[in-house]
Order: sequence, then C-alpha cells, then structure tokens
Amino acid sequence: MIKKLQNRRLQTILIIIFSVLVIGVITVTGMTMSSDAYATSFENKNLPPSSAHLFGTDWMGRDMFMRTIKGLSTSIYIGLAASGVTSIIALFLGIIAGMSGKHGSAVFNWFVDLFMGIPHLILLILISILLGKGTKGVTVGVIVTHWCTLGRIVQAEILSLKNSQYVQASEKLGKSKLWIACRHILPHVVPQFIVGLVLMFPHAIMHESSVTFLGFGLPPEQPAIGIILSESMKYLTTGMWWLAVLPGISLLLIVILFEVIGNQLRLLIDPYSVQE
Amino acid sequence: MWKTIFLNAVKMLFLLLAVSFITFMLVELSPIDAVSAYIGENSATDAQREQIAEYWGLNQPPLTRYLKWISNLLHGDMGTSMIYRQPVIKVISEHFKLSFWLMLFSWILSGILGLLLGVTASVYRESVIDKIIKIYCLALESSPAFWIGMILLLIFSVRLQIFPMGLASPVGTAVTDATLGERVQHMILPVTALSLTGISKITLQTREKMNQVLESDYALFARTRGETIWQFVFRHGLRNILLPFITLQFGALSELFGGSVLAETVFTYPGLGNTTVQSALKGDIPLFLGIAVFSALFVFIGNLTANILYAVADPRIREGERNS
Repeated sequence: MIKKLQNRRLQTILIIIFSVLVIGVITVTGMTMSSDAYATSFENKNLPPSSAHLFGTDWMGRDMFMRTIKGLSTSIYIGLAASGVTSIIALFLGIIAGMSGKHGSAVFNWFVDLFMGIPHLILLILISILLGKGTKGVTVGVIVTHWCTLGRIVQAEILSLKNSQYVQASEKLGKSKLWIACRHILPHVVPQFIVGLVLMFPHAIMHESSVTFLGFGLPPEQPAIGIILSESMKYLTTGMWWLAVLPGISLLLIVILFEVIGNQLRLLIDPYSVQE
Repeated sequence: MWKTIFLNAVKMLFLLLAVSFITFMLVELSPIDAVSAYIGENSATDAQREQIAEYWGLNQPPLTRYLKWISNLLHGDMGTSMIYRQPVIKVISEHFKLSFWLMLFSWILSGILGLLLGVTASVYRESVIDKIIKIYCLALESSPAFWIGMILLLIFSVRLQIFPMGLASPVGTAVTDATLGERVQHMILPVTALSLTGISKITLQTREKMNQVLESDYALFARTRGETIWQFVFRHGLRNILLPFITLQFGALSELFGGSVLAETVFTYPGLGNTTVQSALKGDIPLFLGIAVFSALFVFIGNLTANILYAVADPRIREGERNS
C-alpha cells in the first residue's frame, strides 16, 4: 500500500519535473539564441525538412526549427509574464471579494460579468491596438481578459471556507481575522490558486498567438509562432506544408506540457486524489 | 419565472451600457486617428482634415460624442462605416447573415458531438475508449483555432482538392447568386474548424458531470433494478446533466464569436469576423465600435436565453414558482 502510494507520487513528480525541464530548455535556448541561427540565406530557400534543417527552411532560407524555438521562447515568456501578473491580480481581487461580504461580492461579480460579456478576442484586439501592439499590448490584453476566471475560483473557495464549521469554530474561540486567514483559509486557497495559475499558461499562449496571427500582436520582424503561422498562410497552396504544420505542432506540444503539469499538480495536492 | 427573466434583462441592459462606455473610451484613448482612417491613401491638406473632423463631429470632447453616439444607437443609428461607406448597421447585418449560419452549425455540431463523446467516455470510464477521447480532447484544447483551420486547408483543399480554398462562394460570383450547394461546400471546412475547437470543453465537462451522476445512489439503485448502463443514461443520466450542459453550451457563445473571427480569417470567409479584423486594421472606428457592442449583445442574449431555459428545465425552479 505504502509502496504503491510512493510510486504514484513519484510518477507524478517525475512527469512534472520532466515537463518543466523541457519547457525550461526551450526557453533558455530561445532566449540565448543569436539571430544568426535563423539568418536569411538565399541558397537554402524552400527546403523540405531534412537532418540539416529539421523543420525545413522558408522562402528566405531561414531555418524554421531555430525560428520556431525562438518563437516558442517568446510565447512562453509572454505567457509567464501575463499569467504571473494576472494571477496576482486575481488572487488580490478574489480575496477582497471573498472577505468583504455581500456588497463587495456583488461589485466583484458585476465586473466579472462585464469582462466576460465582451468576447475575449475583441477585447484583446482593442487593448493591443490601444497600447500600440507589440509585446506590451498583448501581455496587458491577456491580463485584462484572464483575471476573471481565476478570481472567481479564489472568491468561491473563500466563500465556502468562510462558512465551514471549523472556521466558525475558530472565530468563536476568539482567533483574530488575520490569524484565521493565514492559518485556515490560505492553505486551502493556495493549491487551487497554483493549479489555476499553471492552467492559465496555455490560454495565455494561445491568445497571444491568435492575436499575433490576426496582425494585432507582435511585430512581423520578431520571430513569434503567430507570425510564423500567418506568414505560412501565404504559402499553403505552394505545397510547403512544413511551414504551417511543424511550428504548429511544436506550439501544441508546449501547451500540452503546461496542461500536463497543471493536471498532475492537481492530482498531487488534491486530498481526494492524492491517496489513489 | 417572469420576474427572474425581467431582472436578468435589466441587469444585462446595464452591463451592455457599461460595455459600450468602456469600448468607446478604449477606442478614444487608442492611437487610431479617425481622420487619417477616413482619408486612407489620399492626401489632404490641414484645412481639409479639419473639415472632415468637423463633419464627423470629431472635434468635440469624448464624453459629448459618447452621449451622442449612445443616443443615436438607441434610435438604431450606429453611424457610418468609413471603409465601406455604408451605415454600420447595414454592414453588420449583411456580414452577420453569413457568420450566423457558420456559427449556428458549428455550435450545434460541437454541442451534439461533445455531449456524445462526453457520455461515451463516462460510460466506458477508465477504458481504452475513455483514454482515447481524453487524449483527443487534450490535443484539441491545446491547438489554436486558426491552426486547425490551416491544417484542414492543407489536407482537404491543397492535397485532396475536395473543398475550395476559401470565400463563401466561387470566385467571381456574389454570395447572393451562389447556389445552395456551392454555399454549403464553402461552409464545410470553416464549420468543421470552428466546431472542433468547441468540442473538447463540452466533452470533458459532460464526462465529469456524468461520472458524478453514475456514482450516485440513484444510479446504483437503478442498476440493481436491472437497467443497463445505456438505459440508465437515457432515462436518468441525460436529464441530470441537462442543466450544466445548458450553461456550458450558451456560455460557449463568447468563445464561438472569437473563434469565428479566427476561422473566417483563415478561410477568407466574408463574414462578421473578417469584417472585425478589417475594421480594426484600417482604423474604422464606428464599425469596430458597432461590432464590439454587437458581439457583447450576442453574448448577453446567449446568457439570457440560458437563464430562461434554466427556469424552464429545472423542476425545482418551475415547481417552486407554481407553489409560491
């Protein structure tokens, strides 16, 4: 029984470590890569994938594998920044809404409804234009559209905890509000919050690439997955399938890795499944 | 029931008003210059620019213009699109007609398929079928809508040449002149791309809810009475996951609208999504504002419908009203 339990735990932890490693390696490689790696060279243009160019080359002879790695690292970077800031905002607002009683909750819910009411893509485009496109616009856009979901999770968790017996008992025992918040409420909210945070990455990355694809995100000279894919749109009919397929699959894999980490973390910290 | 619906409608009206105010102010703050957008490629002297600003009322303070815009809006006048040189209402309704069918078919398709897959996965829980469905959903959930569209184009239009590359009608024919067959043919790929992205969420949630239902005591009782698992699903299971399904399906409208923008861009389908991108790229402020408010209205009507359906479908609300 104990051995089995350790195995399950060990497995989960190993999966998480492996995923984090892969993402970390891609990010670091991309960040430290010099632009020579995907420089234009017209002798090598339009090459299909081979051992020299894993993802082939485009119409300017740029190595697509290097461009993809660079683009992925940009996406991960933006995703990290956006999810980090979003989660802090969501935690902050969620806690305020959860602790401030009926009226606070009503105001919070109204704003959440408001931000959920406009399709996220429209709001993203609007904010991105407002901030002059580029990295800043996309990141802020993702933050503004994504805080509501996580905020609501935090708020709901706090509301249900506040009414739970042991918190009420603790109150009757004369513990201060701060003490209850730190000792009883935070330990329950934090795991939920971390899982929500990790599961927000995929959303952030996908929204970033979508907005960039439409032409409201990162500028064309920056190697980003959205840019690579929107360029490859023009070459779809020429049979250069590798331009669209391979970078897309790489993005897919990164997103899946993040979701795997999130789901495994949930298994690990959820008291119901941790004993399975 | 009517009271709930009325209260909801009033709440939504206020939200819509807030949405319109926020979008108007955001556009106002943005670096888009309406006068330049109007002039486009042509050159204009400063005097002409002032004239244009005067004509469109662009030299008044933002708040005045917002109030004027909102009062016009209530009269059904959303201004004139700068790139189409037509009333915004007309541009939106013309393009929405095309998008409407696209969204409707994808919405229905993803709802039915999602329900089917979710229930199947739940019935055969922890089996190979369940695992395949789960992996399939994870992959779909993780791929951006526009990329799925591109892959479909690569396979079915470039390689197999079964479906056209894009547009809503053959090249050279207006959409209104195209035959029904041609229009359907042009719609199949965009509908597939759009519905594929919506399926995974519905499947996973349905599976989760159905698992809860199948673990319940009444499920155990029904099974011991000799009902097969599929009999149970049809007699009791579906009824019990109906409410979360309604919430989910109508809640998906916001993502459906966003997805249609992406899908229409990939398939160069001349619907509202494409118009959204064009209006934003070219700085057509009245059109973009109109679309933003329209999209919010679209989402709110979806929520309102869900709330009404909730009252109809939930026996606790229905009977509760009757008894009180």
